Amino acid sequence: MSRNYSALALLRGALGGNRNWDQAWRSPEPRAHYDAVIVGGGGHGLATAYHLAKTHGMTNVAVLEKGWIGGGNTGRNTTIVRSDYYYPQSAAFFNHSVSLYEKLSRELNFNIMFSQRGMLTVAHSRGEVDFQRRLVNGMALNGIDMEMVTPDQARKLCPIMNFGPEARYPILGGMLQRRAGTVRHDAVVWGYARAADRVGVDIIQNCGVTGIDRDPASGAVTGVQTTRGAIGCGKLGVAVAGHSTMLADMAGFRLPLRSYALQAFVSEPLKPVLDVVASSALLGVYVSQSDKGGLVIGGNADAYASYAQRGNIPTAEAVSAALVEFIPSFSRVKMLRQWAGIVDYAHDSSPVLGLSPVPGLYLNCGWGGGGFKAIPAGGETFAHTIATGTPHPLITAFSLDRFRDLALVDEAAAAGIEH
Amino acid sequence: MLSVPCPYCGPRDETEFVNGGEGHVDRPVPPEAVGDADWAAYLFFHDNPKGHLRERWLHAFGCRRWFHAIRSTADHAIALTYPIDAKPDFPA
Ligand SMILES: Cc1cc2nc3c(=O)[nH]c(=O)nc-3n(C[C@H](O)[C@H](O)[C@H](O)COP(=O)(O)OP(=O)(O)OC[C@H]3O[C@@H](n4cnc5c(N)ncnc54)[C@H](O)[C@@H]3O)c2cc1C
Ligand SMILES: [Zn+2]
Repeated sequence: MSRNYSALALLRGALGGNRNWDQAWRSPEPRAHYDAVIVGGGGHGLATAYHLAKTHGMTNVAVLEKGWIGGGNTGRNTTIVRSDYYYPQSAAFFNHSVSLYEKLSRELNFNIMFSQRGMLTVAHSRGEVDFQRRLVNGMALNGIDMEMVTPDQARKLCPIMNFGPEARYPILGGMLQRRAGTVRHDAVVWGYARAADRVGVDIIQNCGVTGIDRDPASGAVTGVQTTRGAIGCGKLGVAVAGHSTMLADMAGFRLPLRSYALQAFVSEPLKPVLDVVASSALLGVYVSQSDKGGLVIGGNADAYASYAQRGNIPTAEAVSAALVEFIPSFSRVKMLRQWAGIVDYAHDSSPVLGLSPVPGLYLNCGWGGGGFKAIPAGGETFAHTIATGTPHPLITAFSLDRFRDLALVDEAAAAGIEH
Repeated sequence: MLSVPCPYCGPRDETEFVNGGEGHVDRPVPPEAVGDADWAAYLFFHDNPKGHLRERWLHAFGCRRWFHAIRSTADHAIALTYPIDAKPDFPA
């Protein structure tokens, strides 16, 4: 059976009763040594391994995942892809990522279902309208496709929002990125995994890293201890999101990150009611409707540090209350599922990318609640950094050193909500 | 809902409290002698364990007093609370 996915392959598969599909990727036994080991089988780890092999010709590469690939935040996120970031360094990076997403289905031969339905972030006060205007103008100068919308335009885009006279937080306008939208998260994981496997990467699941071995003289990384034995490596890339500081602890250095639980919710399936991503930073909620009809709802992170992947009731209550204020007709909708992922935040809400204090150990972390949109660019630039030993030009502003140099990229002040 | 034992008021729902982040992060002195790396360590490079963390909490909708708690980030269980100016050994 052809290994390429296509309409014809689907037809052939159907005629054969769908019994002859190849496994999308192998499950090999770990080798004793790899040129590069990537810890974390989320989107960033898998995309990085794919680019190491495909772009940089490093084929002796493994991805080590303690559970199953995509079982971390990449499989738990609300799948919003956008690039409405304020600072030029962020704009360049995230806009590049959105552009890569636009071509990713073809690149991976896997339908990632990028639905560029547009994202509308409403404003509820004169102050917020002014603030958004400043953001939109700044972003436009950086080449991001942002526009302001009037209350009438907002109502046309999303008539079910609370435009009633009883609205406690009236909608006075908003900002819109038409290129933004949603992407099927599992498809990104599976697409990158299959593509990486096809260029020779070993994807090793149920393999948790428990220690990092270093050369006593030079301090350089020589390998990792895992739940499946010791594995040697020339270079080590760490892309474990909320667990990054645990890996840093193993290697003996600190990261400026704190881990929080971030929750999401999915409702019972509804008929189509919402064809944009609608967001309110003031209320602390955003919502989109999936192809299956479920409302996918997110809000702010829980209020204190946590590694418990479940989320707390007060935050769930706050997000539900915000949703009902934002779109009152959703008050009767039943929720099907609620879950949480552990996200790692830096003080400026920007990622930490590039070199670490340990020779041979490279960092891809600090994505907080917003790194799904960053996966294609994250993988491309991290692979470059690992392969060449020099940070990719798109990520130099996000170095660990920026905290010592007080060169923060303060998106925390600009965004106001996770996603 | 987490039950937070305020050292002054006893157990109350977490919605009465504000989490004030990691506790016992001492400002380095004297300021003119502190280098960039030490300022960064003080401001940004904190502890983020999967396990017990010493934190500050404010009983905002109660007695309005600050105190410390030792809470596990793995399951949120609070092992100990104590006054803001104390630092008991743990485990005791
Ligand atoms: C509820 C929620 C909503 C979100 N919404 C959005 C959104 O709308 N848009 C957006 O852009 N971003 C969003 N995000 C953020 C986004 O999901 C993450 O930033 C992104 O998925 C991070 O990808 P990653 O590959 O770095 O991490 P993950 O996908 O978390 O992968 C890390 C992997 O490392 C593994 N691991 C951890 N420790 C070890 C170890 N010791 N050994 C081996 N493996 C280990 C984990 O099991 C995990 O699979 C959201 C996150 C959450 C939780
Ligand atoms: Zn009290």
